[in-house]
Amino acid sequence: MEVRQSRTVGPAVDSADARLVRALRDGDEAAFARLVERWTPTMLAVANSCVPSRAVAEDVVQETWLAVLTGLHRFEGRSRLRTWVFSILVNIARSRGARERRSVPFSALSYDETAPTVAADRFLPSGDEWAGHWSAPPLAWDLPESAALSGEIRSRLRAALDALPARQRAVVQLRDVLGLDPGEVCELLGLEPGNQRVLLHRGRARLRQALEDYMNEART
Amino acid sequence: MTRGTDIDCNELVEIVTDYLEGTLDADIHRRVTEHLDQCDGCDAYVEQMRETVRLAGTLRQDELRPEMRDRLLAAFRGWRTDTTPSA
Ligand SMILES: [Zn+2]
Repeated sequence: MEVRQSRTVGPAVDSADARLVRALRDGDEAAFARLVERWTPTMLAVANSCVPSRAVAEDVVQETWLAVLTGLHRFEGRSRLRTWVFSILVNIARSRGARERRSVPFSALSYDETAPTVAADRFLPSGDEWAGHWSAPPLAWDLPESAALSGEIRSRLRAALDALPARQRAVVQLRDVLGLDPGEVCELLGLEPGNQRVLLHRGRARLRQALEDYMNEART
Repeated sequence: MTRGTDIDCNELVEIVTDYLEGTLDADIHRRVTEHLDQCDGCDAYVEQMRETVRLAGTLRQDELRPEMRDRLLAAFRGWRTDTTPSA
């Protein structure tokens, strides 16, 4: 492997990136901690699109940060630091995802993207005068403000999110948990806008159903 | 959904996200809005989808688990020790 002494960061590098890279190379832990806080949630969500579980996504992200640190001396600033880090992430996540698919029962990863998102028996059947209208309409929720939200609701919602198929989970995390806009999500996950909306819709519908189940239990 | 006819509830629930994202044709968007004005069930459904998005946002704070953050910082210290043995 090629080794060079005291490489300087080229002029093409964004100056904020250059400062960051210098701080990391100097062993500045606070700078690393800030970067980890800022990027790790997005990295976990992107990793989620390729792997079957949150636990594996965490492994992938940890492996990525190690690869970033050990490869830092090779970062030449031809791309943004963020772009470079995410390209490493996607490579690791894809190869890990391929390995998991060989070893994990595939049912955990496959799912139907065309089935209705609301159970058919909640609507009146064809032949009825009001066919296609609600037979069991959703009842209004009485939820506290987010600050007062019970840990129970949060943990149910978290469980429902973790149980989503990989790509739905990734899109919902990026859009709704982290608040990224649709364009950014399409770019990070390599999705067409229409596909992004389908995944978002199916994921949100499942989370809504999980919340409704919880509210119905609480009512009885 | 058939063009020019009303949207049924079981059709509306499948285009809620397109509706909220503002990507429906103007004509269909208007028909969804009209449907919601007249249908308590769908109105509640759309409101719950909005609530679901809001509640998902409250999960943000535990996306990076403290154990994981600590593991990453420990890895950083390990890397620093390996690369700068004199430090
Ligand atoms: Zn309706």
